[in-house]
Amino acid sequence: MNLRTKRKLINKTALVLSLLAMTFGLVWLLWILVEVFRLGVGGLSWDLFTKMTPPPGTEGGLLNAIVGSFIMVGLATLLGTPIGMLAGIYLAEYGQRGWLGSVTRFINDILLSAPSIVIGLFVYAVMVIHMGGFSGIAGVVALALLVIPVVVRTTENMLILVPNSLREAAFALGAHKWKVICFVTARAARAGILTGILLAIARISGETAPLLFTALSNQFWSIDLLEPMANLPMTIFKFAMSPFQDWQKLAWAGVFLITMGVLALNILARVLFKEEIKR
Amino acid sequence: MNTPMSFATARQRDQSAITGTMDPAREHVQIMARDFNFYYGKFQALKNINLEIYKNRVTAFIGPSGCGKSTLLRTFNRMYELYPEQRAEGQLMMDGRNILDKDVDLIDLRARVGMVFQKPTPFPMSIYENIAFGVSMHESLPRALMQERVEWALRKGALWDEVKDKLDQSGMSLSGGQQQRLCIARCIAVKPEVILLDEPTSALDPISTARIEELITELKKDFTIVIVTHNMQQAARVSDYTAYMYLGDLIEFGPTDSIFIKPKSRQTEDYITGRFG
Repeated sequence: MNLRTKRKLINKTALVLSLLAMTFGLVWLLWILVEVFRLGVGGLSWDLFTKMTPPPGTEGGLLNAIVGSFIMVGLATLLGTPIGMLAGIYLAEYGQRGWLGSVTRFINDILLSAPSIVIGLFVYAVMVIHMGGFSGIAGVVALALLVIPVVVRTTENMLILVPNSLREAAFALGAHKWKVICFVTARAARAGILTGILLAIARISGETAPLLFTALSNQFWSIDLLEPMANLPMTIFKFAMSPFQDWQKLAWAGVFLITMGVLALNILARVLFKEEIKR
Repeated sequence: MNTPMSFATARQRDQSAITGTMDPAREHVQIMARDFNFYYGKFQALKNINLEIYKNRVTAFIGPSGCGKSTLLRTFNRMYELYPEQRAEGQLMMDGRNILDKDVDLIDLRARVGMVFQKPTPFPMSIYENIAFGVSMHESLPRALMQERVEWALRKGALWDEVKDKLDQSGMSLSGGQQQRLCIARCIAVKPEVILLDEPTSALDPISTARIEELITELKKDFTIVIVTHNMQQAARVSDYTAYMYLGDLIEFGPTDSIFIKPKSRQTEDYITGRFG
């Protein structure tokens, strides 16, 4: 076999192997989507969005769980995003060298890879026990702790991608450092940072473990942050494991809602990022 | 680089040299470097530089890569301060003050000494805001005056006619040559005394380059210009004074005509005739 045919053969083999690997991954994803759709779409109804989670054997919906999830995910994002962005800006613009930057980066990496159940237990130990009970606010804190490292990481990475020449150009006009950051570098990186935030939201909206020890769940309507709060992941967990058919149906509808929400966030993040790159 | 053309151009310029248009004795000094040294960490990048930058003249720094010409340029607005391991020693006098002194306000210095970079660097904002950004660092103008200033700067930067109908579009939507003129206009808008140009045309096509060169000649009426260039024809075309540098030393400095026609140093001659570099 001469060199050229050999090279072509290797090329073909590598191509086939990588295609197989891709198909393997995609098959599972598609299967999940199809299954979620098949089982979940049947449970969709007007009641789902207007009625509370029912006792077994009665009609009901997921209203309190949907609202609870929105409140907790929303507040966790509001709490975690500014902290994460400020830390990310510090790392990229001030702490490139120096020990504080390295230490912060290292701790953030640990936090990023920490299992979410650990975060849940941590908040349980420092908040729930002292407050004397499960509460929505504890859930918010646990979810915010998951948002922060993701936002820190993306903010830092996106700011580092901004070419140094842009920074120098702003400094050369006599700008203060904070003006350079606010108006030039952060602005140049905003699509990437926004993408990171959206992905962080997508991540926490499906998290169950951190809520298990913090917000718990609530069979009834409650928007009091000091009380246990209903949420989709915990409701799904409880209902899917139950022997009652109508509960199982609701669980699948909840899974469908979360999946679609996360999918939409991911697509939105991609579209936003692409738009900005094109400009 | 082959340079028969630069000789032709230079020979024409020789006539003007004889008539004595450029006479250092009659110039006003804008910046004066005395015993100036510069270090990147332990490495000494500029060695004992002494030279004058004259007011309302174009001064070109030429020399092979790594000779220190950009390094020298970046000390005039203390750009190097962004990098803690870089440091300068000696004197850079401007209006009787050493601009290297610790108590010199960098914001003020950069209002007086503007800079344009090799690659166009439009900010991620509209054309109007690109110009207004720098101005607003130093002056708080009412809206109407700011609009006037933006128009004035864009006219000076020879860009107004091309962008007057789309001031709210992103500065990044312009072509490369337009972006670079936007950067020059942005720099002018602050009303500096000195404009530093760091290889301003090396990323541009010949037509855009020609426009920028015309612009430079126009701008020297109002500003003192220092330009770093790799292109010797460009130095010959646009500059009044030329400094040839090599490995951190200033080898020769004088009126561009005499540097190109009868360089005093053998090294300079080798470089500008393309035997070296």
